[in-house]
Order: sequence, then structure tokens, then C-alpha cells
Amino acid sequence: MNTAATTHYPAMTTAEQVETRTLCVLVDNEPGVLARVIGLFAGRGYNIDSLTVSETEHEKHLSRITVVTRGTPMVIEQIKNQLDRLVPVHRVVDLTSGGPALQRELAMVKVRGKGEHRVEALRLADAFRARVIDASPESFVFEITGASDKIDSFINLMLPLGLVEVSRTGVVAISRGPDGM
Amino acid sequence: MTEMTGAEMVIAALADQGVEHIFGYPGGAVLPIYDAIFQQDRVNHILVRHEQGAVHAAEGYARSTGKVGTVLVTSGPGATNAVTGLTDALCDSIPLVVITGQVPTHLIGNDAFQECDTVGITRPCTKYNYLVKNIADLPRALHEAFHIAASGRPGPVVVDIPKDIQFAKGSYFKPKEFLHKGYRPKVKGDLDKIKEAIDMMAAAKRPLFYTGGGVVNSGRAACDLLRELVKLTGFPITSTLMGLGAFPAADKQWLGMLGMHGTWEANWSMHDCDLMIAVGARFDDRITGRLDAFSPGSKKIHIDIDPSSINKNVKADVAIVGDCAHVLEDMVRLWRASAAIPDKKALQAWWDQIGTWRAKNSLAFRNSNEIIKPQYAIQRLYELTKDRDTYITTEVGQHQMWAAQFYQFQEPNRWMTSGGLGTMGYGLPASIGVQLAHPNSLVVDIAGEASVLMTMQEISTAVQYDLPVKIFILNNQYMGMVRQWQELLHGKRYSHSYTEALPDFVKLAEAYHAHGIRCTHPGELDEKIREMIDVKKPVLFDCVVDPAENCFPMIPSGRAHNEMLLGDAATRVEDAVTEAGKVMV
Repeated sequence: MNTAATTHYPAMTTAEQVETRTLCVLVDNEPGVLARVIGLFAGRGYNIDSLTVSETEHEKHLSRITVVTRGTPMVIEQIKNQLDRLVPVHRVVDLTSGGPALQRELAMVKVRGKGEHRVEALRLADAFRARVIDASPESFVFEITGASDKIDSFINLMLPLGLVEVSRTGVVAISRGPDGM
Repeated sequence: MTEMTGAEMVIAALADQGVEHIFGYPGGAVLPIYDAIFQQDRVNHILVRHEQGAVHAAEGYARSTGKVGTVLVTSGPGATNAVTGLTDALCDSIPLVVITGQVPTHLIGNDAFQECDTVGITRPCTKYNYLVKNIADLPRALHEAFHIAASGRPGPVVVDIPKDIQFAKGSYFKPKEFLHKGYRPKVKGDLDKIKEAIDMMAAAKRPLFYTGGGVVNSGRAACDLLRELVKLTGFPITSTLMGLGAFPAADKQWLGMLGMHGTWEANWSMHDCDLMIAVGARFDDRITGRLDAFSPGSKKIHIDIDPSSINKNVKADVAIVGDCAHVLEDMVRLWRASAAIPDKKALQAWWDQIGTWRAKNSLAFRNSNEIIKPQYAIQRLYELTKDRDTYITTEVGQHQMWAAQFYQFQEPNRWMTSGGLGTMGYGLPASIGVQLAHPNSLVVDIAGEASVLMTMQEISTAVQYDLPVKIFILNNQYMGMVRQWQELLHGKRYSHSYTEALPDFVKLAEAYHAHGIRCTHPGELDEKIREMIDVKKPVLFDCVVDPAENCFPMIPSGRAHNEMLLGDAATRVEDAVTEAGKVMV
């Protein structure tokens, strides 16, 4: 019903391409700071594809939040500006548009099986440079790091081989080169 | 450093911040603070009748003085009742510090009596909030709250203080530096951008200033600089609802308010201009109308202290992040220094065009000798109060729009209204805050009978503190704006917009020990308004007006600035609203 031509709030931005961006947000490590950040996303209807958070500079009480989000360029600009104006936020860096960057995820993948399946799982894990961090006569837990799509591929391959469960960290990211954020 | 209890620290911090009045309501979780209030005379406490009223009163105080408004309420229902006021203050960028009591720290999360997750509930409706779980953190939190509320884009800040922290002893100090290193609002505008803006202004053929509440928030200096720049350039100027008074309405360069119920000349100028200079305004949907038809041929300069306001709804060609006063100061200086001469001929043609729009006389209404037209009532109120030191507050609805259209504001901070959130019930408590700040001024709440009933109990507060606020009720027995939309959009099916059991406002005034006046005929209006002004008591003025009057001009939902409707076009209004537009009310 709400077509762009006939309402007060035309979906102006949907004409633009939706992009995926990885944002790094440096925040004061204080109670409620994560609630502020994710509350902003929920309240304003922004997407969160992945979210990681941990204290990175203990003396300065700083935490780093890495969030993968989607939106049109105008929405992405809004997200960055809205994050930036939160009181405990120090900096917001767009690692997708701000030059070359590295993105990694860690996953633990539990696979249950015997015989052929078990051998095949181990062989594939080797190919993906996944490490075995736990083993029993009928299961493995693999630890794998890499870009998200590599982990997706690995999990897809494990599916028919007896995949039981997956635990993923979500994306962490850092820019290439000598400069910090 | 002085040793004292948390409750005493609250008083000390308020006094150190120069707080004269705090609006509040006691309860179990703030008793230690109320005990501290009892034993001092530095901060004056105003007892309201409902916590929402406390927040609106503080908003009125803040908006009319430029200072931070303060509120003290208890935990649980005290805090949740304050939420509407907090949201209102966030939408309209009003600086507030709201102190809430909380259950003792060991009971937090335990579903204790009168416990609620105050910081959780208020996180999205405050600029920032604190839960102070350690007495050592309290002095810093209190002082930071004032800094955050007043700096940058102003807004409300909540400090939630558990009862055991109010009893705990600690060292009170006034922090020298701010702990949140990441919070540094940018006040100076980028000079290169400002130069670019000046060049565009010099080259413009159909320029227009579009100003908002940010200019008023920035302060008197910003308003004076705006006036200077408008004079220097000779450009026309319009303003949002929130920006009224920053530029004098009596000036010939003033086009009146713009937006959904703005003037013909203001909205057509927005549509046809080739350069829009937006100062402290945020391109709200009530302003822009249909976005893809919004001022299609113009370049836009956008000055705002909040980067997230820029490019949110409308793309800016030149974005200047900074405080209006700083940026306008640079603009005035650079305009004077620049050798560029504006295209006088083009400007004259632009003014001629505006003259033809003005000739439409879009605020015209058919007056009556039999029944009071609401527009006429406000015209008379203006004529009889304009030579006095007058402050106006409003509720929300038709009367609010008529007040904006027909009351002429010449100075900033004289107009207190709920713009962003549109909170019915704002005006009466806000007038109490205004009157307290300006005890010798005339304070009038232009109200509707439906809105004012939402916070009517605050008239009792006005009586208690001898605050002679004038509640000027345009009584049409309807929720007028709702009725207007139902008439235009929903086939005149007036679903629940008619109040069938209104109180007798004159008797109601008497019950509250206030003064009641009823006026039913245009011929007696002036005399009764004079009576209202002269009575040195709070007044409920029941002005019985035409129940069927609609507010025009009007941009119907889903339409653009150049598709607005005028009063005499009312019969064609139903055809003008599209199906899809109906959902956008």
C-alpha cells in the first residue's frame, strides 16, 4: 500500500542497493553499553548479521564491538551517525568502506559418526585446516578459523557427515597496514 | 571533598549546578532525598500531582530559560509515569536531569515492591542514563548528567539512585574532567564547508532560510546572528513549529510557519526555491510531506549539531555539523567579507513571486458574529497580550496549530509546545514551569478541552504555589484534529472523538480554588480575556468555540508542498487524499 509516490514516508532508500558492512565500535566498557548499542539497532529497525564484543584495553576500560550490518548507503550512514552520538561510544570505523581489512570468525563444530563418515570428516577438516580439539570414539569437535564463507562451507560439508552442533564467535575484524583505529 | 550521604550529595550537586527549582513527587525509594530537601533551603521543591506533570513542568522551565530542568521522582510507577515526559524532551531536545529513586541495590532484579528496570525502560527515551550502584560514583554521575543534558544536542538524562546509596556516606566532589572521553559534541563548523555555503548563497536566485528549534536551543546569540544574516542577505525565512520566535513574525522577510499546517507562501517557497538553508531543523515528515516531491529543484545546505540529523530524510548538498551560533557567526563574518554580490534582479523576482503567494491570504477564515471562531479567539488573545511580557504554551491538536498560525512570536523562548512527540497534556504543567521561572510574566496555555483533561490535576499545583497561569481552553467538545482527519479521511465517521461528558470548567476551576471564566459569544471575548489577564490567580478560561471548524491550510497525507489545501477548498478535500495517504496520518 505504501508506494513511494503516495505516502509521507516514501521508501526512498529502497531504490538504492543494500550493502553489507562491517563496523568496529570502540566503547567505554561500562554496564549497559552493549544494551545501548543493540537497543539502537532494534529500536530503529537496523539489521544485525553478526555481533562480537569483548574488552580490548583493560586499563582504559575500552571494549570493541564488531557488528556486521546491512542497509542502503543512506541507512548505513545513519547507523554510523547514530552509534557515534551514543555517549559511551568513542569511535565508529567502517571496515568495509575504509580500506582493506581482515575479517575472521572462529567456530567449534561437533560431528558424530562412525566408519566412513568419521574418516571423511577428519579428511575434510584437514583440508580446511580445522583442528581437532576434542575426540571420542564416535565424535569430534573441530576448531576452525577463517572468513565467514569458509566456515559456512565447512559446516555445509559436515552436515551429511553427522553434524551435531555449531558454536560460532561472529566476525572480528581489523584493518590491514600499520595504522590503528 | 566533603563527607556526606548520597541524599545530601544530590542536593549539593543540584545547588552547585545552580538549580533553583526541582519538580517532583515523593515515594518510598526517594525518602532519604526528600529528608535532605526538608533540611535545606538552597533548592526549592515544587510538588506536582503526577510525575508526567513534573517532567513537562521542567521542560517548560528549561525551554523558557535555556537552563537545565530538573525532576525528582520515586522508583517503579514514579519512573514509568515520567517516561512520556522523557520521550517528549528527547524528541524536542530539551535539557533535563531526572533523578529517580530505586530499590536498594541488593533487591535490584528481585521484583521488589515498586521496582522497575528504570535504566532499561528509559534507555531509548533519554540521551543517557545512569544506575549508580556505588556511592563513590554518585557525585560524578550527577554532574556529568548536567553536562550531557545541556551540551551538544540537548536532551534528558536519568540518574537512577538506589535507596541504600542515598543513605550511604561518601566524599562529595565536583569532577574537574569528564569521564566519557568519547563524548565531544562538535560545535565549530567546518570553515571550508561554510565558505562553500556562502558561495552558494551569493549565487542563489530563489533562496530560502528554513530554521528550526535548534536555533532556539542554541541560545539568544544564535537568534541574533540568524536575524543579522537574514537581514544581510535579504532572503525570505520560514520556520518549523519548534523554531517560532527565533526570527520575529512581524518582519517583512518572515513567511510564517511551514509544514502540514504552514502558510501557502512558506510551503510554496520551500517547493520552488533553488537554495534551501536549513538551520537547526531536521526535515521532519510533518515538514517535508511527500519526500520524493520535496523541494525538487533546490540545493540544500544543512546546519545541525547532530550529525545523525543530516542525510536522514533528505540529502544535503552541503552538510555543516556544528552549533548554530558558531556556524552562523562564521557565516555572517564570511558573508560580510565576501565580495560576492547577490543577484538583486533574481531576488526581486523571487520576492515578487512570494508576493503573489502571500496574496492568497492562506490563513483567512470566515469569522462569525454568532459563534466564536477559534482562530478569532487566538487573534484577540494575541492583540490583548502582545504588549505584555507573555509566554505561550500549548497542548496538542488543532488549537496548537491555530496558536502557531495566529499568535505572532517576536522573541525566542516564548513558545513552549510539544512538537516531536505531540503530547496531549503538555501545556498545563509546562506553563507551571514557565511561570515559576518568570513570576512576573503573563503565562498562557492555549489548550484544547480534551488535551487539558489529561493533566488537569496540575492546576492544583498552580494553586498551591500561587502561579497565576492562564489556561485558555478552545472548547470545541471534540478531539478536534482527530475529528478533522475523520471528516476528511474516514467518511465523517467520528469514532470516539467527541467527549460526551465534559466537566463544567468554571465549576472545576472553583473546585480547585482557581478562577473560572466561560465565554460563549464573540462580543464578550475581549472583556473576558482582560478579566483573565487581570485575575491574579490561576484561571481556567472555557472559550466555547465553533465545534466544526477545521485547521487550514493543510497538506494532506501523501501530498507535496505545492498540493496544499486552503480553507475554501475544504469541500474538495476528500478527493485530494489518496487511499495510501490515509495510512500516513
